[in-house]
Amino acid sequence: MNRRGWLYALPVLIFVGLAAGFYYGLQIDSNTLPSALIDQPAPRFDLPPLPGHEPGFSSADLSGHVSLVNTFASWCTPCRAEHPVLQALAATKRVPIYGINYKDKGDAALSWIGALGNPYTRIGADDGRVGIDWGVYGVPETFVVDRASRIRYKHVGPLTQADLDRTILPLVARLEK
Amino acid sequence: MITEIGHFALVLALCVAVLQASLPLYGAARGDGALIAWARPAALAQFLFVAIAFFALMHAYAVSDFSLANVTANSNSTKPLLYKLSGVWSNHEGSMLLWVFILTLFGAAVALFGQNLPPALRARVLAVQAMIGVGFLLFILLTSNPFLRLWPAPADGMGLNPILQDPGLAFHPPWLYLGYVGFSISFCFAIAALIEGRVDPAWARWVRPWTLAAWCALTVGIAMGSWWAYYTLGWGGWWFWDPVENASFMPWLVGTALLHSAVVVEKREALKTWTILLAIIAFSLSLVGTFLVRSGVLTSVHAFASDPMRGVFILLLLGIYTGGALLLFAWRAPQLQGGGLFAPISREGGLLLNNLLLTTAAATVFIGTLYPLLLDVVAHQKVSVGPPFYTMTFVPIMVPLLVAMAVGPMLPWKRGDLLAALSRLKLAFLISASAALVTLAATGARSVGAACGLALAAWLFAATMSELAERVGLFADPLGALRRAVRLPRATWGMTLAHAGMAVVIAGITGSNAWTTERIVDAKPGDKVELAGYTIALDAVNQVSGPDYTATRADMRLLRDGREIAVLHPEKKFYPVENGNSTGVAIRTNLLADIYAVIGDADGKGGYAVRLYWNPLVPWIWLGAVVMALGGIVSLTDRRHRVGAPARRRRERAAAVQAAE
Repeated sequence: MNRRGWLYALPVLIFVGLAAGFYYGLQIDSNTLPSALIDQPAPRFDLPPLPGHEPGFSSADLSGHVSLVNTFASWCTPCRAEHPVLQALAATKRVPIYGINYKDKGDAALSWIGALGNPYTRIGADDGRVGIDWGVYGVPETFVVDRASRIRYKHVGPLTQADLDRTILPLVARLEK
Repeated sequence: MITEIGHFALVLALCVAVLQASLPLYGAARGDGALIAWARPAALAQFLFVAIAFFALMHAYAVSDFSLANVTANSNSTKPLLYKLSGVWSNHEGSMLLWVFILTLFGAAVALFGQNLPPALRARVLAVQAMIGVGFLLFILLTSNPFLRLWPAPADGMGLNPILQDPGLAFHPPWLYLGYVGFSISFCFAIAALIEGRVDPAWARWVRPWTLAAWCALTVGIAMGSWWAYYTLGWGGWWFWDPVENASFMPWLVGTALLHSAVVVEKREALKTWTILLAIIAFSLSLVGTFLVRSGVLTSVHAFASDPMRGVFILLLLGIYTGGALLLFAWRAPQLQGGGLFAPISREGGLLLNNLLLTTAAATVFIGTLYPLLLDVVAHQKVSVGPPFYTMTFVPIMVPLLVAMAVGPMLPWKRGDLLAALSRLKLAFLISASAALVTLAATGARSVGAACGLALAAWLFAATMSELAERVGLFADPLGALRRAVRLPRATWGMTLAHAGMAVVIAGITGSNAWTTERIVDAKPGDKVELAGYTIALDAVNQVSGPDYTATRADMRLLRDGREIAVLHPEKKFYPVENGNSTGVAIRTNLLADIYAVIGDADGKGGYAVRLYWNPLVPWIWLGAVVMALGGIVSLTDRRHRVGAPARRRRERAAAVQAAE
């Protein structure tokens, strides 16, 4: 084949590569935690509070009880979708929810919880560094942390009531035994 | 019973599609007129059967037949009829049926209105279209059958996601699919041309109306989707660079490029293989979009219930259609005869630049959408690509595109003079510069970006208008201008409208990004809030109930200088069946800016979280999109699509060739 001929074959070659990528993409369950973090101690951190919204949130707050850690941001659409679910959970006082406000502006985050309600026991403002330690790659994500401050489960994407009822709350109950 | 007829009709449609995909193709290769003649009735029959299936499903929704699993999962007897019907395509199975329904609708349209096509070409186009039909009908019947029964039938259904219960969403998917699937016709024409080994101006002329129709529908569909997001998500945003939005935007970008490059093939017989490639890519991106949305391979706000088996199946279809088409392209395209030469500065050069920029823009969106997936595959790393990526990459591509869009129509074919064209744009340049200066003077030096955006919009709008004025001789002979304006080809009017509409959209986007003002307050009834020179008085908050929801409804008055302008009623709806909420935004627009009000939760102390936005120029985004689509429709009525002089010549030639054989 001459040089021009290869040019015409280029689209199909690119497509074959893409299709292979798609195929492997299908095999990956995009909602599972990279196994490295499961059952590992939660990272150490000490996050400042949102402006005027004391106190902040540090790894010391996690020890001694089972808790949920939720990452959120005012710019995140799925977070808005999940917010009522968190609000409802917070109202039951079943389990404390800690918030990591991820790569957000303080004012925007404050007006967000002002407008939509605040389900969080404590909120820490994170510029992204603590998020990296937690293995966060997007918001929202929700972690279940046990009494010994170990990460036991990670949920990627917005929580639904069904996720809570079927997975998260049963796990919390088991960990509290 | 009707359900069973529908199910059976779907199987029959598959049988017809198999025949339609094979016999006419074989006939066209052999020159067998009898087999070629199969294509048209088959296309009509396939459409008829799919239509029966589609309306059978719709009937099941209308009468709330909960013995159908699909109806139970997505409808409820208390729904208003509109949302019962739109429930048909609110779910995976039903929307795939709508997809195939529109596919066969286009096939039937080619069979009916493609009278001026040479029979062999038409047979090949319809056969390729039927191949797509076979794949997707199999997909529905094997993995996503909406006609499966449930026994025992439950007393009532589980309802429809509240956020989808909205007139905007009721009509958004059909428009989007008309666009997506409409590109299948351009694709089929491209494949048929590759099989025949011939692309000529007549081919470009035949392809053009179908591409235009699909493009118009897609423009409307995307605009509707973004409008829906604007007024239902309840926080004033209108575009999120979400994978599902991107999936509809990529075919639009490539389709726009295709429209422009097909003009070059038609007028100058150049860019032939490129045009064919664009036609293949435009539809392939529609397929990729279907794959991304339906397989759940990317997580998105729009995420539908995903099923890996379906993902593999659609990927297989994508492999067959796109892979097959590109393979055919690699084999046959080098043999296509190249056409007219042109200098870099010329109308063709301008259109080529448009094509390069549009496809680069599409590639950018493609990379942004798929990068997280591909990185996960290659390096097992998880990342998300957000709006900053698109702002950084997309805007720098759009700026030269908009600058060139104004100049392109001024250039003559073959060889142009850039300086001469620019000198004709002096007035446009002046208007653009003054738009920037006025913006800076009015809003201060902080809005440099906004000034640039408005300057670009003004530049494009003024240039488009001065091109029109020049063409009709508005300044040279004002009296005859109207007469000449009426006689201008409709396609020229279409271009003018579409380009002007684009300018309006750009102004809207700029205004929205630069000057949106947000106020979030905790207000009690009786409170007044100031926003952008208006006063909004919260008079009362009541509990009201609708057919299938209860709502917290606010009574607000919009005041300017103490005078009442409008009454606003934002609502927060609660749907007990689905146990979900939706936001009923109240919008008051004066076409220059929107006042946008949302009522939130009660704080338990008599106050409510109220969010108020002033969104200047935002209505222009949709206004401009409508003008663009109108431009497409006007262009669609151009005389040359109906008369088709080259078609007659070619048919005679084809007849002569057949006679000689």
